[in-house]
Amino acid sequence: MIDFPRWKYWLVGIAMVLGLLYAAPNAFPPQPAVQISPNRDARIDATLQQQVTADLAKAKIPYQSITIDKNRMLVRFANTEVQLQGSDTLRLALGDHYTVALNLATTVPHWLQAIGGRAMPLGLDLQGGVHFLMSVDQDAVLKKQQQRYLDDIRSILRQKQIPYDAVSQSGNGVLAVFKTSADRDKARGAISLDATDLNLADSRTPGGGYALTATIKPEVLQKLAQTAITQNVTTLRNRVNELGVSEPLIQQQGENRIVVELPGVQDTAEAKRVLGAVATLEYHAEDESVNPQEAARTGNVPPDDRLYYTKDGRPVVLKKRVIVSGDELVDASQGYDQQSGLPDVNVTLNSAGARKMLDFTTQNVGKRMGVVYIEQTPEVKMVDGKEIRTSKTTETVLNDAVVQGVFGKKFQTTGLSQQEAETLSLMLRSGSLAAPMQIVEERVIGPSLGQDNIRKGRDAVILGLALVLLAAAFYYRLFGLVADIALVFNLMILVAVMSAIGVTLTMPGIAGIVLTLGMAIDANVLICERIREELHNGSTPLASIRAGYEKAWSTILDANVTHLLAALGLITVGSGAIKGFGITLFIGVSTSLFTSVTMTHAITALIHGRRKKLKTLWV
Amino acid sequence: MELFHHDLNINFLGMRKISIVISAILLAVSIWAIAVKGLNYGLDFTGGILIQVNYQQPVDVGDVRTALEKAGFRHAVVQSMGGTREISIRLQPPKQMGARKESPDKVAGDVSKSVLTALQAARPGVKLAQPPDFVGPEVGQELKTSGISAAIVVIIGIMIYLWVRFEKRFAFAAVASEFHDTIITLGIIALVQREFDMTVLAAVLAVIGYSINDKVVVFDRVRELFRLTRKAETAQILNRAINNTLSRTIITSVFTAITMASLYLFGGPAVHGFAITMLIGILVGTLSSIFFASPMLLWLGVSKKDLMPVTRENPELARRP
Repeated sequence: MIDFPRWKYWLVGIAMVLGLLYAAPNAFPPQPAVQISPNRDARIDATLQQQVTADLAKAKIPYQSITIDKNRMLVRFANTEVQLQGSDTLRLALGDHYTVALNLATTVPHWLQAIGGRAMPLGLDLQGGVHFLMSVDQDAVLKKQQQRYLDDIRSILRQKQIPYDAVSQSGNGVLAVFKTSADRDKARGAISLDATDLNLADSRTPGGGYALTATIKPEVLQKLAQTAITQNVTTLRNRVNELGVSEPLIQQQGENRIVVELPGVQDTAEAKRVLGAVATLEYHAEDESVNPQEAARTGNVPPDDRLYYTKDGRPVVLKKRVIVSGDELVDASQGYDQQSGLPDVNVTLNSAGARKMLDFTTQNVGKRMGVVYIEQTPEVKMVDGKEIRTSKTTETVLNDAVVQGVFGKKFQTTGLSQQEAETLSLMLRSGSLAAPMQIVEERVIGPSLGQDNIRKGRDAVILGLALVLLAAAFYYRLFGLVADIALVFNLMILVAVMSAIGVTLTMPGIAGIVLTLGMAIDANVLICERIREELHNGSTPLASIRAGYEKAWSTILDANVTHLLAALGLITVGSGAIKGFGITLFIGVSTSLFTSVTMTHAITALIHGRRKKLKTLWV
Repeated sequence: MELFHHDLNINFLGMRKISIVISAILLAVSIWAIAVKGLNYGLDFTGGILIQVNYQQPVDVGDVRTALEKAGFRHAVVQSMGGTREISIRLQPPKQMGARKESPDKVAGDVSKSVLTALQAARPGVKLAQPPDFVGPEVGQELKTSGISAAIVVIIGIMIYLWVRFEKRFAFAAVASEFHDTIITLGIIALVQREFDMTVLAAVLAVIGYSINDKVVVFDRVRELFRLTRKAETAQILNRAINNTLSRTIITSVFTAITMASLYLFGGPAVHGFAITMLIGILVGTLSSIFFASPMLLWLGVSKKDLMPVTRENPELARRP
């Protein structure tokens, strides 16, 4: 009798069922689709469905189904080619009111989705799309902050009426020169009170002046660099949404790079145009002597004013003079009003901006002020066969509100819904974004290449698996067959774990899966060889099985732990292809520890354990 | 079925002089190949521009190269992408273009345009297969460094583990074999000038994992035999360990090689480099488990007493009569 604890049978059984369930969604290939979501006041309803049906019929584009799911519409197509035609047609027909995006619609049954079953997302190499790597210009961030502190220090000195010779940029910081050391001491006191982010150091200038060097603290610099990246990621995400890609990947890579992957997109020029847009912000006073509706209707606007529109199309008349512009805005965050508890947006300006805002608000309490968001997107047009680079400027009023009191450096915008407050703070931040980016890597993967890769990857996995199954069964007979069952389940559990934690499947990942198959059988080879050895040494079959598993275990553990260490190294240090491969290898080696040892042991115990007397072993 | 007789006893340690000399020669050739011929780095590492073109008529790779050289694009890597009509060209942007401090994507566009003009001048009927891909040289440099640091982190991690679980001599022998296997694998890739891209780097790192797996199995048996036998010469023990595990070493290698061969045959060009590198690594790793790692152990002077479990004096037992 082999005494194999009952709970382990249960464990193996549960793992098999869960593996099967959560690997299953991958058997349902996603279907190319076009996703339509509404902008502004547009709605997804039956009327739209009729229009879409009519548009597609007119362009003679066959579709498979149209479904409305919550607030979006999905039009499914037979293949990616028709999908691209369909999306172009619909984008033209629906215009600005809807965002039309390429999508891969899931075909996983509802009950599987309900228990959290989902297929692995496919990487660009399996799906097709464009890949950009953008580098954030951190020097520009530093320059901007330097300028900000320069302004700050000047205004502090002016405020405290400390006489100075010169304030200028130098190296990593700001250099202020004074006539006497007493002035310098006063200045140091004032600056250290107000600008805590600066390191201050004394020195003498060649001309005999008393110099004070203010450098930005390294930890502050680091935080600034990180903020710049985060802000840029947010902005890019915003812009990519405009491009209408359903599942874009935008994330930081390394210290100052951002990866942008747009599945399904093939037109790099269009993508670059949207990613390369420059945005800024301006605060303007509202001219309340003019009726905006009237002005919009007649087009009569006083010479000092301009007519703007809000996002939902409401006209607003603002004075042309800028109170504060985006580069004077330091931060904007969504918060809650301390008294009412309602959502608001907290804005922080730099000293120069604060002074201007203070001047304005002192005279204009109770009047209205508006924020204009200006976005410039570069455009390339072909005129007479020549490329002409122009830029398109769009200006929209984000928000206009009544000035409730006198304020300078910090103020709140209230009267917004949670959603509005979040959007406004995001837009304010992205408007204040000033770290330029450059595309340093660009790749295009065609959709047919992706399809091809999927097919080849699948073939390689199936063939590799089949050959190893055959070889093992041939060489180790019954024990080989048991190992085969475990290997099939190892593949299934590996896929299930990858799907459940949402690992993106890439070609190197598939290579990792295939390699894992070969490595997973190793534990069984070790066990079977041990059992054979024990049999040769004259042990009884049941004792051989027991000794085989026991003795092989320490070897398997050591071998697999070192292998896991190697995989961990790949994950932590590598990026891109290496990381994807490392993750697959890590999960594969871990699951194989369970399937190759515990699962085969359970099956072996089931086969041989009930027989009291076992004469021969098929190994 | 059994391919290896169970009381097989080949005197591998007896061949250690020959096997180590062969290893030394292979290492020397590999280092020479890596240093002199160099690795044929792919776009991932060199940075540069990848242009893929389609010809209407079959074309000779040599002709394309000549046409490019005539137009002043030296050192371009021209490769056929399987057929005779699809050609991939990898090149660094010429200095005068790179020096203008324009954005890299603009440079990529300009370069691909002038390459196309040059190709069309030599032979009409050619067009871009897709927009050019490019990688900034800085990105490539970073990859190289991170690849090397990945390898070092992995090796150090493994060394620490073996030091703790086994003994320091085993850790040293394992790491020496790691370097041996990695360098020879890289050397072969350099020798045949196979393109060294991201997937090949991933495979080289996987070879490190695979080869250590193999060594640990042998070392584990060495440890076990040392603990079991009362007195035996180290060389004898090592020999028995290799022989006892020989069947497993070879069978596992064959199984893994089968999967990699199917990946090579059916996985398509994207994973060719990976599969080939793994196959080379499996071969090198298997041979070094048999012929290299154990002689290293012997030379490092491993002995029975290094491996006996530390017996703690039990005061409870001592007090008993």
